[in-house]
Amino acid sequence: MPQVMDADRMSRALTRIAHEILERNCGLDELALVGIRTRGVPLARRLARALREINGDDVPTGALDITLYRDDLMRHAVGPQPVVRRTEIAFSIDDRKILLVDDVLYTGRTIRAALDALIDFGRPRGIQLVVLVDRGHRELPIKADYVGKNLPTSLSQSVQVRLQEIDGVDEVVIEGEP
Amino acid sequence: MTTQATEAAAAATLTSRHLLGIAGMTADEIGLVLDTAIAMKEIGGRAIKKVPTLRGRTIVNLFFEPSTRTRTSFEIAEKRLSADTLSIAAATSSVTKGESLLDTVRNIEAMSPDMIVMRHASSGAPHLLARTCRSAIVNAGDGMHEHPTQALLDAFTIREHKGRLAGLKVAIIGDLLHSRVLRSNVILLNTMGAEVWACGPSTLMPPGIGGFGVRATTSVDEAVEGADVVMMLRIQHERMHGHFIPSVREYFTLFGLTPERARRARSDVIIMHPGPMNRGVEIDSEVADGPYSVILEQVSNGVAVRMAVLYLLAGRDIDVERGEG
Amino acid sequence: MKLLLKGGRVVDPANARDGAFDVLIEDGRIARVGKDLPADGAEVFEIRPGWIVAPGLIDIHVHLREPGQEHKETVLTGTEAAVAGGFAAVACMPNTEPVNDHAGITQFILKKAAEAARARVYPIGAVSIGSKGEQLAELGEQKTAGCVAFTDDGKPVATALLMRRALEYAGMLGVPVIDHCEDPSLKGDGVAHEGYYSSYLGLRGIPGAAESIMVERDVSLAELAGAHVHIAHMSARESLRAVRAGKARGVRVTCEVAPHHFTLTDEALDGAVKYDTNLKMNPPLRSAADRDAMIEGIADGTVDAIATDHAPHHPDEKMLEFDRAPFGIVGLETAVPLVFDRLVHTGRITIGRMIELLSVNPARVINVPGGTLAEGSPADVTVLAPDREMIVSAESLKSRSRNMPFDGWRLRGGVAATIVGGRMVYKNA
Repeated sequence: MPQVMDADRMSRALTRIAHEILERNCGLDELALVGIRTRGVPLARRLARALREINGDDVPTGALDITLYRDDLMRHAVGPQPVVRRTEIAFSIDDRKILLVDDVLYTGRTIRAALDALIDFGRPRGIQLVVLVDRGHRELPIKADYVGKNLPTSLSQSVQVRLQEIDGVDEVVIEGEP
Repeated sequence: MTTQATEAAAAATLTSRHLLGIAGMTADEIGLVLDTAIAMKEIGGRAIKKVPTLRGRTIVNLFFEPSTRTRTSFEIAEKRLSADTLSIAAATSSVTKGESLLDTVRNIEAMSPDMIVMRHASSGAPHLLARTCRSAIVNAGDGMHEHPTQALLDAFTIREHKGRLAGLKVAIIGDLLHSRVLRSNVILLNTMGAEVWACGPSTLMPPGIGGFGVRATTSVDEAVEGADVVMMLRIQHERMHGHFIPSVREYFTLFGLTPERARRARSDVIIMHPGPMNRGVEIDSEVADGPYSVILEQVSNGVAVRMAVLYLLAGRDIDVERGEG
Repeated sequence: MKLLLKGGRVVDPANARDGAFDVLIEDGRIARVGKDLPADGAEVFEIRPGWIVAPGLIDIHVHLREPGQEHKETVLTGTEAAVAGGFAAVACMPNTEPVNDHAGITQFILKKAAEAARARVYPIGAVSIGSKGEQLAELGEQKTAGCVAFTDDGKPVATALLMRRALEYAGMLGVPVIDHCEDPSLKGDGVAHEGYYSSYLGLRGIPGAAESIMVERDVSLAELAGAHVHIAHMSARESLRAVRAGKARGVRVTCEVAPHHFTLTDEALDGAVKYDTNLKMNPPLRSAADRDAMIEGIADGTVDAIATDHAPHHPDEKMLEFDRAPFGIVGLETAVPLVFDRLVHTGRITIGRMIELLSVNPARVINVPGGTLAEGSPADVTVLAPDREMIVSAESLKSRSRNMPFDGWRLRGGVAATIVGGRMVYKNA
């Protein structure tokens, strides 16, 4: 299983994204990061750290669990319900620019659910999407604003993002035949 | 997607597609409900207290016994999950016209609900339906048998305050004989490793309580001594007719939770009551409204716990009902 | 018309006979019992090795439900079930609709029984009018019409005074009073034996004392009246103690136990099917200690008879909440297999004792012919197949009702044939 990103490249990708965020938004005013559980959350925290290192300002960071908004929830064949975790957004999202963070962008359905969930918290001025990996195969009209790496894949393949905070290692690997 | 693998690994599930009682639930299953309820509670704190999870699902609340608290709690839980809900009270149903329980429910089932939340005065009524109906059955209290969501919300409340259930001394005091809250709580707390004391007049002590795995006593002082949790049960005025107690006055004298008695518990004790409360009968107002009372928290936690139960059962329901996979 | 039962083992405790004999039946009576009887023109029924030829079994506690509740059972379907279960005779309880409290109803039942021509039917009349416990029924006329005993079964004889008078009056007529022993205030609205399982399942309990208090009363009153009281469907160990004490001091008290009370306990209520109304009967399934006491009483002779308390109910009536469903299960077709499987094959009683419990003693309790293979007595014979393996099937019962907890049970012991008055009314050979 070929590794397509190691710790170093991941770190550089996130730093680059941080710079792009600052450029595009002309500073950090009214920005907030919201990571999608599970791996979007540590990625959002890393971005917050990177932004602080560059700019010196703290960006509010939250965690969003989108399980209850999933469109496939009641369509499972046999199997347990996904575990629901807490959503923690300790700030008002009203009139803020929200940077939604996830590890992999694939069909777009997770992002669709996250947008729904986010809207239930208020009316942000805008939402931008940050992903570490875009592997293509979109099923919904959704596009990332910041991408760590574009990764062409086949449908039979799977992309695994592993993060130090959760998996003990930083890497992206691609599994299965192309 | 990367997230699927970890979710599958972390996911636990309820083995039954019904919630008939705490009996038969494992510690893991109880833990799953309580953990899920944490996330559900957060939804209740939002400005928009609603998620689309059960959109398009129909839940019928079938209450053959009057209940305001439990029915309202289920209704709010259902609405917060976006289910379509309908509540039927016994007084307005066909039961009074001599229709049998099964016929009543079969008629409701003909309209294809996904779940039936039911309260009934007969112990085991939900079990009868679970054997014969297609819908998932959630027991909202059956006779003197079980009231599983009450025990789950009690456990959730205790865990919020104490961080754990194992090793706690929990004293349950009152009309033990007729209480479904007692039975569900005893089973749950035993499963989770708490030390349960049951206290009430000898006339209201369930025969064979020795088999329940509790310490039974008729002394409130003994039950409350060093307790982490004191749970008061409602005493019904009707009980005087069965010669169970001479008067509510004497009951309060012997078994009421007064501030003096409550002081025997640990200093960080929490006082619980499943409601509805009879002030001055089983509990002194000073205790009910005191700093250690979590009685109103129980009510708000009830919604979160019921949301968790409905969510977890809704997924199970698909498998059987639609025969998918 | 002659019938020769050829070969096999005859067990006839009333005549102290147990061995290989042939039985010749002629004109509805036992003509001869002897070794190697010649067929001599008789139809021959080959008794297979291991089978047992016994005096016809008698069930003295059956609800035939007719008149009034024919959707549950009729005299015809009930007696079909009886002979399929090996019973050549049944005594039927008076809690029909209307209650059998006068000669017209007794005559009606006997007429139906004659038309059915299956098992013999011995009506039992009500002690009080409408079994209401207020006014003594016309016991004398009822006896003349054919009643063999009196009871207010379904409920106890209401007051001590009524019971005293009933015992005195029935004693004069030479018939027993059968009592359903239960203190109504202690029973309350109980639906299960009071103990751990009733508490755990949240079912209102009926303590054993609710029964034994009434047994004690009845024993004392039988002593006072110098008459015969028979305790119906005894279930509690305290009751057994009371009967034992009464017998020890010479009171004319007899008692019966139903198969479910020596087979099942209240633990079954918490079984695979919880709140199964086919486990709801009155008296309720009791504790293991009670069940063991019943077996002990059956083995040591304190218990006189095994009677089924066959209580058919329509499925619609049983498919209710546990506390709303009626009490009772059908038992005629499972009694023999249960007695074999649980009492005989386990070594608790001998086959001779089994015949006493199911034939000899029941005949004596209600003073009817039968319970014997003596030459000249009516030819009521049951041929038992002690080693027949069977799986109980509620679906294939002859009874009109199916309410019983034994469906699917694998039991050893069955009935090969039932002969009533010389007629083979059931054969499963």
